[in-house]
Amino acid sequence: MNIFTKLAAVALPALAASGAALAQAAPVVDKGDVSWMMLSTLLVVMMTVPGLALFYGGLVRSKNMLSILMQVMVVFSLIAVLWAVYGYSLAFGAEGLIIGDLSKMFLLGITPDSLADTFTDNVKIPEYIFIAFQATFAGITCALICGSIAERMKFAAVLLFCVLWFSFAYLPVAHMVWGAGGYLLDKGALDFAGGTVVHINSGVAGLVAAYVLGKRLGYGQEAIKPHNLTFTMVGAAMLWVGWFGFNAGSNLEATSGATLAFINTLLAPAAAVLAWSLGEALMRGQASMLGAASGAVAGLVGITPACGSVGPMGAIAIGLAAGFICLWGVTGLKKMLGADDTLDVFGIHGIGGIVGALLTGVFSAPGLGGTGGDDFAIGAQVLVQAEGVLITMVWSAVVAYIALKVVSVVMGLRVAEEAEREGLDITSHGESAYNG
Amino acid sequence: MKLVTAIIKPFKLDEVREALAGVGVQGITVTEVKGFGRQKGHTELYRGAEYVVDFLPKVKIEAAVPDELTERVVEAIELAARTGKIGDGKIFVTAVEQVLRIRTGESGAAAL
Repeated sequence: MNIFTKLAAVALPALAASGAALAQAAPVVDKGDVSWMMLSTLLVVMMTVPGLALFYGGLVRSKNMLSILMQVMVVFSLIAVLWAVYGYSLAFGAEGLIIGDLSKMFLLGITPDSLADTFTDNVKIPEYIFIAFQATFAGITCALICGSIAERMKFAAVLLFCVLWFSFAYLPVAHMVWGAGGYLLDKGALDFAGGTVVHINSGVAGLVAAYVLGKRLGYGQEAIKPHNLTFTMVGAAMLWVGWFGFNAGSNLEATSGATLAFINTLLAPAAAVLAWSLGEALMRGQASMLGAASGAVAGLVGITPACGSVGPMGAIAIGLAAGFICLWGVTGLKKMLGADDTLDVFGIHGIGGIVGALLTGVFSAPGLGGTGGDDFAIGAQVLVQAEGVLITMVWSAVVAYIALKVVSVVMGLRVAEEAEREGLDITSHGESAYNG
Repeated sequence: MKLVTAIIKPFKLDEVREALAGVGVQGITVTEVKGFGRQKGHTELYRGAEYVVDFLPKVKIEAAVPDELTERVVEAIELAARTGKIGDGKIFVTAVEQVLRIRTGESGAAAL
């Protein structure tokens, strides 16, 4: 070899390396990822309107159908706007242990070319779609709470309560679990799509609200029956389909990680449907449609924190667990708690979220088919998961309680007795759902 | 003139209608009602809430008939509506003071 070939032997690799380094500096925005995120966001919108709206609506009496549809739609819209105004900034705008800051208030400084991180180094998605995706999460979380307080709360009180709880409970919990520097994120808590942020958060808030509001008139004596379980099933089906966006979209890229979340979102609720139906058949001799629909939702809630890190068999296990345990949640546990949690937000979302969060710590283990690394320890992870569960429960409960007291002082929480008897559709909204 | 009121099982309506036409009854009024007698209701379960529902759906048929037709009308309904099982229903016969056809203003037996 002469001097030139020796130089070339050294220089070329160095040039190649610096060329690669230069290429790495430009972030990758993949059209597939962007399309997937837009689709996922659409799916989560559909989960709330009309999915959750119909799921809840069918379960209330016909005289209150419109009030539920109204609360879900308006709360979702209100939170979406507040998310853009200050929510996104506080949840994701900056590093912080508990909360971000207001640097991105009104989405200041963000343009169509702004980028948000994914879980892959140097792969980005446009920040707008990340903002929109997360907005739908905030919206559905607050809309979920409407299930606990259905059929008796003043409309304006619902809205004010949601604003307060969103600001002081949803945003900090979302930041702690998903935001840069967030306390639970840094502790290694696994919550892929929001078992704590969305489900435990709303479930506990709903339970507290049910306690503070008190029971509906005639609860426990009169027959208060769902007026249209067909709607409930349609709503549950929309929730299931939309949840693929909720879970697999939380991967932020259209890669294999998303497909793991996707298949888990198929299997867990399927297993939960079977578990709930079997449980009911054993408990009372018959499996019901409402049970199957509720089972699907319970399984979806359970797999939400786990979908990105457990294997398909783990998803089935989580689904079975959520199905059986949430069935207890809406029957035995509900009696024990003694609150009129009208649409079982705590029994399904609260309990399902807790079950899912803890089992995430178990089934993420590589030995059980999960994506955990070689140093994954089930015991340690479950402890971290439990910490996340506890913090979320306490934070949500305290904020919900204070918010309710504030609203109660400002405007009162419940509608008048005659209004509750006549129905919220006519008395709160001046309309009737069924005029046939 | 008599008003014959019959509470029957809903699926028997067509049979009873035909039987009434067979004995010369021109018009009837039908209402969907609910009620119970000796037939037991059922239980409904919605998640954790259990409801015992005593009421069963029934159909009420009312026909105003001339006095001389009454016995045959009652018998026709009885035979058509009977299944032999609990819950078949009841027939009531009450006296009618006045009947008027709105379109023509006819009253009494001519209005039946």
